[in-house]
Amino acid sequence: MFPLPAHPAAPPEHLKEPLVYMRKAQGSWEKRILKSLNSMCTELSIPLARKRPAVEQKELLNKWNEMGTDEPDLSLFRPVYAPKDFLEVLINLRNPNYENGDSLSFRTHLGLIQVPLKVKGIPELKEFFVELSLTTGQLGIDDSTQVPPELFENEHVRIGQKVLAEQDSAAAQQYVRQGSPTALRAELWTLILNISSQPEDILYYEQLKTNVIQHDLLVDSLIYKDVKLTASNDDYYFVFEDYLYQVLLCFSRDTSVLGHFAYNSASPPKSYIRGKLGLEEYAVFYPPNGVIPFHGFSMYVAPLCFLYHEPSKLYQIFREMYVRFFFRLHSISSHPSGIVSLCLLFETLLQTYLPQLFYHLREIGAQPLRISFKWMVRAFSGYLATDQLLLLWDRILGYNSLEILAVLAAAVFAFRAVNLMEVTSLAAAEAVLADLSTLKVMPLLQIFLFATVT
Amino acid sequence: MHARVMAGKVKWVTDIEKSVLINNFEKRGWIQVTENEDWNFYWMSVQTIRNVFSVETGYRLSDDQIVNHFPNHYELTRKDLMVKNIKRYRKELEKEGSPLAEKDENGKYLYLDFVPITYMLPADYNLFVEEFRKSPSSTWIMKPCGKAQGKGIFLINKLSQIKKWSRDSKTSSFVTQSTKEAYVISLYINNPLLIGGRKFDLRLYVLVSTYRPLRCYMYKLGFCRFCTVKYTPSTSELDNMFVHLTNVAIQKHGEDYNHIHGGKWTVSNLRLYLESTRGREVTTKLFDEIHWIIVQSLKAVAPVMNNDKHCFECYGYDIIIDDKLKPWLIEVNASPSLTSSTANDRILKYNLINDTLNIAVPNGEIPDCKWNKSPPKEVLGNYEILYDEELAQGDGADRELRGRPGQALGPRGIRSRDMGRTVLTTWK
Repeated sequence: MFPLPAHPAAPPEHLKEPLVYMRKAQGSWEKRILKSLNSMCTELSIPLARKRPAVEQKELLNKWNEMGTDEPDLSLFRPVYAPKDFLEVLINLRNPNYENGDSLSFRTHLGLIQVPLKVKGIPELKEFFVELSLTTGQLGIDDSTQVPPELFENEHVRIGQKVLAEQDSAAAQQYVRQGSPTALRAELWTLILNISSQPEDILYYEQLKTNVIQHDLLVDSLIYKDVKLTASNDDYYFVFEDYLYQVLLCFSRDTSVLGHFAYNSASPPKSYIRGKLGLEEYAVFYPPNGVIPFHGFSMYVAPLCFLYHEPSKLYQIFREMYVRFFFRLHSISSHPSGIVSLCLLFETLLQTYLPQLFYHLREIGAQPLRISFKWMVRAFSGYLATDQLLLLWDRILGYNSLEILAVLAAAVFAFRAVNLMEVTSLAAAEAVLADLSTLKVMPLLQIFLFATVT
Repeated sequence: MHARVMAGKVKWVTDIEKSVLINNFEKRGWIQVTENEDWNFYWMSVQTIRNVFSVETGYRLSDDQIVNHFPNHYELTRKDLMVKNIKRYRKELEKEGSPLAEKDENGKYLYLDFVPITYMLPADYNLFVEEFRKSPSSTWIMKPCGKAQGKGIFLINKLSQIKKWSRDSKTSSFVTQSTKEAYVISLYINNPLLIGGRKFDLRLYVLVSTYRPLRCYMYKLGFCRFCTVKYTPSTSELDNMFVHLTNVAIQKHGEDYNHIHGGKWTVSNLRLYLESTRGREVTTKLFDEIHWIIVQSLKAVAPVMNNDKHCFECYGYDIIIDDKLKPWLIEVNASPSLTSSTANDRILKYNLINDTLNIAVPNGEIPDCKWNKSPPKEVLGNYEILYDEELAQGDGADRELRGRPGQALGPRGIRSRDMGRTVLTTWK
């Protein structure tokens, strides 16, 4: 996921995003977001940032472990954007050098995404995800009660312990392609993400915490609102509400995150010290980490709370997951793991392998992407049961790619195809796909990739 | 065959007007009647069971009548009697020289120390004072013996707070040993395991179909109840019941109560969290111990239970886990709440009753209380056999030693790897 070595003459923006039209689209989108944020700011007469008076600082320090009990008035705050707003932008993306042509042919893409990016077909996916094949043992399938543990699980656990003992990061990444045992997962992910909790890391986190205590940011209210709307109402994650504040408030202030913009098509929003608009010496990135949270953002952190209960470790893991993977889910780029490619991959898989279903849904005004988009943007967090989600994220880490999200989305549609063929409206289709909490992801993926007659 | 058995549909009565019950009866096509008519199945409140089996007002049940409580369930479900029975059971085992009653160098039972130190007030007041003085900074929890839903409970950390329960108290306006006023005082577990900084307890459902031989089932879908307010052992928060008591009846009135998840987690979430953060061995050991203490509590009361063949009972067990991953039995409820606080809750309780009825009233037909109470495996639903004395005894006495928690599973131990499944062993 880190960019491959590029041509020495390539300008830095190519590292962010090689295609001009994508860069431009991302730029416009960013302008819109910032405008929305600034107008909220003006409407509510709240500054983007302010220093807290000493009394307030002391209060916050005392309440640091239970910020969830705070009930600030958030009714006037709206999320800056929701996934569906972002989807509209992606739907309108066009490559000016590409002529779609007026006549329909078998090549015509019937989905919402209308840009010509290269995506893998099932034969390529089978090769790429070869460890998920029917003849290879998987956690999430071969560890169920009916299967004696001697057949796969015991040996797999033993190998996992060996990998940890040798602290071999590359081996760990290969290993989790077949799933990680629950008891080893926290350590394996730490190893794969190269997180080492040195004293300086803990100190760094404490410094961020101090920044939170000293300054109040407008985005803090957005974070509060997001947590209250999403994680607090979730059956699995409500318990960890306070950890989410502790991670996300610090995240907003972490300027080391700015480093990832070198390979992110997005750029951090710039703001100016009051009265110095346009003067570069007075420009600051806002928020300090350059990432404006959107509705559902806290769900990237929530599942990690099942693995790490020490705040600074939890923080490091989340930050690394974000700068390696999650940022691609909400920025416009041509990267194969970028959200645009994932959407196109999803639609292409559906159109190629379930054409009847795709056509039917399209006819009744229920374009499949309209339903699956939110799943992919959130990497399925909040939609799957936690144990299943963690098995899915094992494979994201193992394959260093987010493409599995698109494959799973297509597999879900395939699984519920019979019911979907009978619906006659978008609302009814949404209802069929409203509850994914009982799904087992690995069998779905295996069947879709390796057992469907193509 | 009795003519009534041929008449067809089960006739039911209930004192407890809850939809999760009534929907289950109706879906079986059973017929509602009143208690004065001929009935086959009566879901009673605890007051009614007292009347049915009382010397003055009681009546004999016929072979085709089943009720949902044992006559003297209070031996288990009243806090003072439960403790009394467990203490008696331990002493008996000790006298027999049973290895289960082994103690450590401090005199604490190795395998049977699962109830926090408890005394009855005012009867054991002086004993309590002696214990209290040994660790004067401890906190104790006072609970009225006969009440439920967290009513009347309070915490103390000073002797002066319970002066009126002292036996030779001069303020003898507090009079008697009448069962209504009796309290138990237990050492408060002030180091509970916290998740997300919050205290929680476990509610597990256990169905007993017979006490002698003991046959009991554990419902796989128990849940954790979280307090909405952050846990703090500080003395200033002793009065804040939202911090300390996990009863939903209390938590529901807190400002932060959420009606979507109701502050509840499934036991499988707990298991996932513990395995992920603490490892598999300690998690498996914890769940083994939980099953162990439930079975031991039932064995403790089995000798004094009136094992009336018309009876079965579904108990709500409340268990707290401390930060060393040791489970403590707090209490057993005879009438676990059938009120639903969230949609998930309603589904859970509906299924609980459904599976309970499938076991207690085989095939949904008019029951014959003389049946062997051994349902086929297929009808268990979400229940799993927790302990079957008949099966266990069939294996011979040498199993006694092998089954203690933390030791190797006997050959019939069912290893499970799915979340939420429990590991059951064959101790006796």
